[in-house]
Amino acid sequence: MRLNALWEYANPVKFMRLTDRVLPVVSMLALAAMVVGLVWGFFFTPDDFRQGSTVKIIYLHVPSAMMAISAWFMMLVTSLIWLIRRHHVSALAAKAAAPVGAVMTIIGLVTGAIWGQPMWGTWWAWDPRLTSFLILFLFYLGYIALWEAVEDGDTAADLTSALCLVGSVFAFLSRYAVNFWNQGLHQGASVLRAGALAGDTEERVSNVFAVPLFISMAGFVLFFIALVLLRTRTEIRLRRAKALIARERLS
Amino acid sequence: MMPELGKYAGEVLSSYAASLVLLAGLVVVSLRASRKAKMALEALEKGRQDG
Amino acid sequence: MIALLMRDLKLAFRAGGGFGLGLAFFLIVVVLVPFGVGPQTALLSRIAAGILWVGALLACLLSLDRLFALDWEDGSLDLLATSPLPLEAVAVSKALAHWLTTGLPLVVASPVFGLLLGLPEAGYIFVVLSLLIGTPALSFIGAFGAALTVGIKRGGLLLSLLVLPLYVPTLIFGAEVARRGSEGLAVQTPLLLLAGITFGSMALLPFASALVLRVNLR
Repeated sequence: MRLNALWEYANPVKFMRLTDRVLPVVSMLALAAMVVGLVWGFFFTPDDFRQGSTVKIIYLHVPSAMMAISAWFMMLVTSLIWLIRRHHVSALAAKAAAPVGAVMTIIGLVTGAIWGQPMWGTWWAWDPRLTSFLILFLFYLGYIALWEAVEDGDTAADLTSALCLVGSVFAFLSRYAVNFWNQGLHQGASVLRAGALAGDTEERVSNVFAVPLFISMAGFVLFFIALVLLRTRTEIRLRRAKALIARERLS
Repeated sequence: MMPELGKYAGEVLSSYAASLVLLAGLVVVSLRASRKAKMALEALEKGRQDG
Repeated sequence: MIALLMRDLKLAFRAGGGFGLGLAFFLIVVVLVPFGVGPQTALLSRIAAGILWVGALLACLLSLDRLFALDWEDGSLDLLATSPLPLEAVAVSKALAHWLTTGLPLVVASPVFGLLLGLPEAGYIFVVLSLLIGTPALSFIGAFGAALTVGIKRGGLLLSLLVLPLYVPTLIFGAEVARRGSEGLAVQTPLLLLAGITFGSMALLPFASALVLRVNLR
């Protein structure tokens, strides 16, 4: 019953009416959480005894990396909803989310490179995590380019949804392939990297760092939601404008 | 007010600067597209009522 | 379906059909790489397996955009869609024809090109084996990409952008088999994974290709 009620918001008019009220609230919350999380992280956290002040980069790096993956996952879900239930809002939300996810991926890569430079002595290493993020970015580029290239809206939605489904499978495969590949290439060096990247940031974060990090992560989630809502509204308006022009031309 | 960033000041500041620029750019582009779409649609609907 | 396959093969072998183009491209890549990295035999023989795989992958990509485009332009794709043959079977036969005219020649030619790059002796069998198992996946994945972009004018560049990320796992496992084989290491795991990707792509991707073809024909 409740779930069925949820589908009503797939109606563009209802969606517009709802988001008209929700969007300001979400935007304010996102702004507040991001400012609190980032300011707290930047000004009021101590330095890590080993990584020095670079540990402050974590408040950007981890949330953006998390959102880069979550955004693709959200696109996968909305693409499935479009393919199965043919709700236009769902397809347009996927379209709206792609550039946001791509920017999150860039932020994750850039902050990672800047962080890696002093920690590992190199801007870029073909580490499994870094490499799979680069591949994820390529997937985002292809997805956005396909949306741009196809003129008819519904055809574009169908094609990009199919690409998103197949792409997800191959992105998943790539993640494991890349793991396999790097282990095979240089066994010794990866110990240091795995320790610095996977182990230290996640497991050794003490409470001093964790609280602002969680606030910042919540901020990034809200920021993503607010932006996707805003961009979906734009897409719905554009689609409606296109339909109006087409109708006028007919009459 | 500025925290002591030590020898990594450049790295920390540049990563914050780069991220904030990217996020702000995304917001600005989205807002501008939203405003443009809204105005275009309003103009169209107005034209439809007149005609 | 066999008739369709024979027709595609015949078209490919005819002058201007694109057969041999991929092979020539493969040769050019192999010739260009030493100019780029220098003529040291030791270095070349170490990266030979990787170059052969990347070259084969690019050569496969080259002929993808004509996979459905020609039939799309002259309308025979519409005829195929209304024929009793399911579109999935059309996708399979197109991918198969692509493999027979592009992938298979690359597999056959790879030992000769390995010679040019000073591939270690132990590597030949593994390069051929990995290409033989891996290139069908390239054709089937590529057919999906070609089906996606068939309705787009000048979709060639977009096709590369869409297909290349999808090629990553195949390339990694294929090159891994060839490289490990050249160095005399165990190849069983990447070989099995490569075969898994190939058979998985052959089994599932024709459905995706048919789905997007139907959308494009709508």
